[in-house]
Parts: sequence; C-alpha cells; structure tokens
Amino acid sequence: MKNKQLNIQQVSEYFKDGMTVMVGGFLGVGTPERLVNAISNQGIKNITLITNDTSLPDKGVGQLIVNRQVKKLVASHIGTNPETGKQMIAKELDVELVPQGTLAERIRCGGSGLGGVLTPTGVGTIVEENKQKICVDGRVYLLEKPLHADIALIKAKKADKAGNIIYDKAARNFNPLMAMAADVVIAEVNELVEIGEIVPDEVMTTGVLVDKIICVEAC
Amino acid sequence: MMKAKEQIARRVAMELKDGDVVNLGIGLPTMVANYIPKGIDVMLESENGFIGLGAVGESTDPNLVNAGGQPCGIIPGGAMFDSAMSFALIRGGHVDVTVLGGLQVDQKGNLANWMIPGKMVPGMGGAMDLVIGAKKVIVAMEHCSKDGSAKILNCCNLPLTGKGVVDLIVTELGVFRVIKEGLLLEEIAQGVNIETVKNKTGADLIISKHLIYMKNVS
Repeated sequence: MKNKQLNIQQVSEYFKDGMTVMVGGFLGVGTPERLVNAISNQGIKNITLITNDTSLPDKGVGQLIVNRQVKKLVASHIGTNPETGKQMIAKELDVELVPQGTLAERIRCGGSGLGGVLTPTGVGTIVEENKQKICVDGRVYLLEKPLHADIALIKAKKADKAGNIIYDKAARNFNPLMAMAADVVIAEVNELVEIGEIVPDEVMTTGVLVDKIICVEAC
Repeated sequence: MMKAKEQIARRVAMELKDGDVVNLGIGLPTMVANYIPKGIDVMLESENGFIGLGAVGESTDPNLVNAGGQPCGIIPGGAMFDSAMSFALIRGGHVDVTVLGGLQVDQKGNLANWMIPGKMVPGMGGAMDLVIGAKKVIVAMEHCSKDGSAKILNCCNLPLTGKGVVDLIVTELGVFRVIKEGLLLEEIAQGVNIETVKNKTGADLIISKHLIYMKNVS
C-alpha cells in the first residue's frame, strides 16, 4: 500500500484561491490547526468554507474569517466569533446558516451518493425559504441538498500509513462525514503507525477515503 | 431569596424522569444538571457527539468538552459518536427532553431563540433539530428581557426556531404549559401574585384551577 504521509510544507500545492473547503471541528475541538494555519500563511483567498462554526477569532477556522480569506461560509453557528457576524452584517461575507443536524446530513449525502435528505427541521422557519417541501405520509419535510467540497481537512488522534483513522472523543464530530464528501481529503493526526497496527474493527474512517496524512507528534 | 436562574434550573430538574435521555442547552439550561433529584438517573446528550455528559470541570481533556466548549467528564456507560449520529438521536425521537433558553415564546408554542435581525445572529446551532426531535421541549428562561419587556407573547415577532414545538415554559415567576387553548399557568412563585405575572406577560394566560406554588424552590 502507498504511504500517504506528507510534511506540512508539502500541503501548499493542494490549496487554491476560490477553493471549497470543509474543515472538521466543533468550537475548534477536532480542527486540524496546522492545516488551517497553512491556509492562513499561504494567504489563500475567496474560500468557500463549510464547517460547523467559526470557532473563536484565534482558534480553529476563526483566523480565516479574521484574515478575510473567506468569501462564503456554510455553518450552523457563528456566535463565538464576533468577526463573522460583523462581516455578515456589513455584507462582506456571504453566510448560509444551516441547522446543525441538517449540515451533518447534507455533508453525509454529499459523500454517500445521495441526492439530498428530507428533514422536518426548519419547517415553519426562515430555513424553509426557497426549498422544496415534500409531504410523506402526512408529515412535511424540507428537501436539503448535498454538500461537496474540493478538499476536506480533518483531524484525528491516530492513523496508519494507509490512512485508516481513529478519532479522539468529542474531537470526532464532523470529521468522519467530511472525509467522505471531498475530492481530496487531508488528515492531520497526532500519531502515525504502520499499516496493520490498527485493528480493523477499530477503524472509524477507512483509509480509502484519505488521500494524505500530516503527522504532528509521534511519527 | 434564591437567584432567578437557580430557581428556574431547580424547577426544570424536577421534570426529568429516571432513565430519560436529556439535552441541555448552553447557559441557564446547563445549570439544570446541578439539581437533578437523588434517585433520578438521566443520560445527558451533548450534541457535539456523545452521551453520558459528566459535570463541567470533571475533566481537563481538551477533546472532552460539552457543546459550549467547556471541559467536562463522561460517565461510565457513555458513548462517543459523530455529528450525524448525534442528530439522528436528536431528530429520531431518542431524546426524551430538551431544555433550551428563549428570546421569545408564544401561546402557540412557537419559540424564537436564534437571532435578532440586524443585531445578533449567532446561528441556530442544533436548536432547530432539538425542538423538532425531542419528545418534550422545555424553555427555561428569565421571565422578561433585560430591558423589562415581555418574552412570553401572544405571537413571536422574531424569526422562529420552531413552530408549535414548546411544551413547557419555566421562569422565575411560574410554570406555563402550552395547551390547545393557549398558555396555562400551573405554578406560581411564592410571594408573587397573579396580577404581577399577567403584567409581565405579553400573552393571555389561562389560570389553572389547580394553581399551586412552584415546586422545589422554597
């Protein structure tokens, strides 16, 4: 099997102006900080960012907002990073707010070959605007369409060199879903082991979904 | 006198039953965990991806935080999962009770708690999924906003989080149940009279024939 390990200097070729990128994490927990720093340092512009929340201004993806590198944001929560709301209200940043469960399902659909999901979440609220409503057995649902990205940046505790992944506690969140929904998936892991050292039953994301691995501690 | 938030949290805790799966929102609702009566075992669900949420401060692990980002523990028998599973539990009717804060609630059980247009737009996070999926939705909030205006109304004018979703409202003044006919005042805080509650409420109230003092808050 091919060794997928990269060093952090080698990731720059994967980042392009105008890219759509998914970044794992929940308030910065489970966010690949080194990869986000690399986007920041490289000064990539006009990003479409798909992520649960914009974290804090100095944590996780927060800096990409502060640096004004993001043109469009798809997220469920922006309240912990005041800069996001400021740019949104000034119409400098296009923000699509998506209920968190819907965001998870849209990403899952994007990676699972599904044309969308029917959810009751948001019916009767402004979330239903411009969406198709479908009645199934007497209950009304919104058709929520899949999300897909050019690149997904995920964070994990451990991987083997084939890219099989184990996440750590609440740092899992959106990472396994995003690992399915992008053309290129780069994982930032704390520990990298030889192929075969992770028991197949314990693999949470299969290595076939992971293109490249950055190891930041025990390699 | 007990602080309003503590009073509300204590009363909400009494709504929880042994064996319930419960999701507590950020802020005041999180305080409910401190007052769960002895002998009542509940499993707290944390929408960032686990069940069996422990007490805030029980752990310092940066990867073991509640949905507000505070480090917390996980109890024996807990389980971790991803966001799709977390919201499958929430939407799928596997959560018995959710407790959320509110900006406005109305007599039809509509809840607004995620934005004030042009002013404050934190986003809905998991709230819209929680109100539609949990079997019982409790709004725990101070009775009036900071400027003294009513939060319990005949009709919400802020963008809704959910339509017709609220079952029970608990404030420091009383307990209000959403029924077909409107809002039923079931319990009133000691030392507060009905006129005061009516004056601070922007909705017509139905006064229960069995009105009692608020439980567990003496």
